[in-house]
Amino acid sequence: MADVTALTFLALCLPLAGAVVAPFVIRVFGANGAWLLAIAPLLAFLHFLRFVPVIARGEVVAGGYVWVPSYNLSFSWFLDGLSLAFALLITGIGTLIVLYAGGYLRGHKDQGRFFSFIFLFMGAMLGVVVSDSFLMFFIFWELTSITSFLLIGFDHEREAARRAALQALVVTGGGGLFLLAGLLLLWNMSGVTQMSLLIGSGDVVRESPFYLAALILVLVGAFTKSAQFPFHFWLPNAMEAPTPVSAYLHSATMVKAGVYLLMRLNPIMGATPAWEILLPFFGGLTLVVGAALAIGQTDLKLKLAYTTVSSLGLLVLLVGFGSEYAVEAAALYLVAHSLFKGALFMVAGMIDHETGTRDITGLGGLMRAMPLTLAIALAAAFSMAGLPPFFGFLAKEEIYAALAGGDIRALTFTSITVFGNALMFAVAFVVALKPFLGRPVETLKHPHEAPVLLWLGPAILAVLGLFTAVFSSFTHAALSSPIAAAIRGGPAEIDISLAPHIGLPLALSVLTVLLGIGVYWQFTRARLLMAVLLRSAGRGPDHGFDLAVSGLVRLAGRITRFTQPGRLDIYVTCTFVCVAAILLVPPIVYGELPRLPAWPADVRFHEWAVFLIAAVGLAGVLIARDRLTAIVSLGIQGFAVSIIFLLFGAPDLSFTQFMVETLSVVILALVMTRLRLVSADRRPPGRRIFDGTLALGCGLGFTLLLMRATQMPFNDTLTAFFNTYSKSIAHGANVVNVIIVDFRGTDTLGEIAVVAVAGLAILALIRIRSGTERKLAANDPDSIEAEG
Amino acid sequence: MNTLIFRTVAPFLTALMLLFSVFVLLRGHNEPGGGFIGGLIAASGMAVYGIARGVSAVRRALFFHPLSIAGAGLLLSTMAGLLSIFFAVPFMTGLWIYPKLFGVEVPLSSVLLFDIGVYLVVLGAITSIALALEEREVE
Repeated sequence: MADVTALTFLALCLPLAGAVVAPFVIRVFGANGAWLLAIAPLLAFLHFLRFVPVIARGEVVAGGYVWVPSYNLSFSWFLDGLSLAFALLITGIGTLIVLYAGGYLRGHKDQGRFFSFIFLFMGAMLGVVVSDSFLMFFIFWELTSITSFLLIGFDHEREAARRAALQALVVTGGGGLFLLAGLLLLWNMSGVTQMSLLIGSGDVVRESPFYLAALILVLVGAFTKSAQFPFHFWLPNAMEAPTPVSAYLHSATMVKAGVYLLMRLNPIMGATPAWEILLPFFGGLTLVVGAALAIGQTDLKLKLAYTTVSSLGLLVLLVGFGSEYAVEAAALYLVAHSLFKGALFMVAGMIDHETGTRDITGLGGLMRAMPLTLAIALAAAFSMAGLPPFFGFLAKEEIYAALAGGDIRALTFTSITVFGNALMFAVAFVVALKPFLGRPVETLKHPHEAPVLLWLGPAILAVLGLFTAVFSSFTHAALSSPIAAAIRGGPAEIDISLAPHIGLPLALSVLTVLLGIGVYWQFTRARLLMAVLLRSAGRGPDHGFDLAVSGLVRLAGRITRFTQPGRLDIYVTCTFVCVAAILLVPPIVYGELPRLPAWPADVRFHEWAVFLIAAVGLAGVLIARDRLTAIVSLGIQGFAVSIIFLLFGAPDLSFTQFMVETLSVVILALVMTRLRLVSADRRPPGRRIFDGTLALGCGLGFTLLLMRATQMPFNDTLTAFFNTYSKSIAHGANVVNVIIVDFRGTDTLGEIAVVAVAGLAILALIRIRSGTERKLAANDPDSIEAEG
Repeated sequence: MNTLIFRTVAPFLTALMLLFSVFVLLRGHNEPGGGFIGGLIAASGMAVYGIARGVSAVRRALFFHPLSIAGAGLLLSTMAGLLSIFFAVPFMTGLWIYPKLFGVEVPLSSVLLFDIGVYLVVLGAITSIALALEEREVE
């Protein structure tokens, strides 16, 4: 199995390798480099395809590498029906999207960068669906949000694109944080960090008192990612991205990550009242809201985006509905939706590319110019509308079979689904048929058939929608049944086929189709009605997002202005008040003041002399007339302290202290001359007394702390260790230096990094003060003499 | 500060301080000293030179921008730690060789490289600050 593990790892890395080479390939070969680049996802697709027979037998492929053994972290994956289906969709549709983007962005100056982003996303998304450990899952999850941000904001010179990118990042990234908390809770409840192990511990999770909290946290993560109401607003805005992105991320793959998570967690957290209330409720709401909003749009891509929201809602509803059929229906609809929606988005892109507009009211009569596009669009739309002989039909039959029932819950959700599906039926044909019918309308560009790079991808997807339905027994055995089994956490057998089966589901289908045709017939009226309804409903969560962001910015501004008024004396006073309080309050409150030490009996004469020098230096600071004298006096005190270190056996410390004192005096003096302060101290008396008290408080605090520290019993374990090993291991007799550069070298590395960065920061501060335009004199004594 | 005596003596003083700083740096492993103190001494030497002869003279003498020196020091220290990769030992493990130069065994180590890096960072960062402060704005 070793070679399978290595190959799988390679397949997971292939998209990332593609991200690295893409800009160079595009620079050399131009847009036709897409053919070359498509090899990377294709190879990964073929690799995953080899697992289909194994997975279809009900086995699981797991593998990985140990990463950080001390933290029990591994880079590991496991493939069951669900992850394999997602991996195939990601790499398969990814291959087609790469080709499509080659044609769509032909000649764009940043096409190479675009491919890099797409491949990065592909790698991240593959990581999400195959990850076994929570940590890996979460990292890839957030990576998909980040790459989605980059792709939505690809056209970064337009403000709308930047706003949409930021909005998507805030919503999905913020949801990711909830998810992280939820995963941590799951870890805490079950004690495992791997999805594969978690599946076995569903009972533990469901009976935990934290179940509801974990469920809500995970749901927020999944709902934001999969654009469920009320977080749906970022997805239509994300249509600012180039069409390949919309087709790939925002219909076929990334937005399904939330659905994937819910499906993955169904055997673990499902089958509880909370699960079966929350999921169908929000799913159903999203289904209706999305479909209704789709009707009200005129832009082809926006229409499709809202139906995507709607379809995601349907999937969430099915996952949460709780019957065996519902799970199977979710599996079928998942595959069907990826195929038809990806194709339809690409068709919308082709129309946009060839005519220069996506507005439904400005399009018509394209049938003659773009017959192939019409064929592809119709095939995809039939699947979306749930008409035979396409895969969408099987999915819809299964959905109705799953939902239909006698009780009030089943009735409610059946009618919601029929309503939503009817609206989607209408939208499907408005997008796929309306632009092609009627009299030709004058457009920006003269329309003609799109080049092969553009039509190949949607054509393959549309044909697949047909083949998967015609050979349904094969599809079910290879793909849909394993998916359903993985969602259920037990065996599942799907057997629906195109063969006619009279019954309630078929009747509901017919009802859906009739309703859909009715809406399509009166489409313009329906659209205007929806537009009026929307306007009367007021501004939605999209506006709320703007309010939240601007409110946050204003709050941050207010807090910053309060905490950072820009006056140095306030900062310094605050700092020293805190220092004094921290040092003085705890010992007094807890009665841990040091004992007064005995007066030393044998103080030598030269030691007295040094203490006296220190005292003189301090007195000098206090009585100095101007600042320069005070600084030099402070230096005198510092030198005296250095001598004390020397006398009491710390030569290294003393040495350093000497140099630090010297340089402090020099630098302080330079700062003083530079700041051009008034040379004398002109604080009012009250201020002087306050500052003096504060200084005394800090000094007293440090004295007490040091006295207390020296009175503690001395633990000499470390001293003994360093003395023993300094020479034998680190080959150095100077223990202090050996500690600095060897035993604790990594600390020192951090410290010198701080020194270097501080130097950089101070230089920047000085430069800001002097301004960039003004020149600097060299402060050359010669030049001063020349001036003087 | 602008006396003739100081301006004449300062270059010699600086040269001596620099020499001394290198001495302190190299003896640091067995006697009091080390890269940090060495760097401080060298920075003081540069400050003395700057006060006596002006900023541009120091910049000419240093040749590189002081912050480049600091950056090079940081890189050197990191690289000294990373050397252990080639010997499959943990980051920052001290590595020693004992070549014979002119018949004398000279112990050399990655630790010494690290300490030289510390020396350069301290020298560069502090000299950079001091020089920037000494420069005046042209009115």
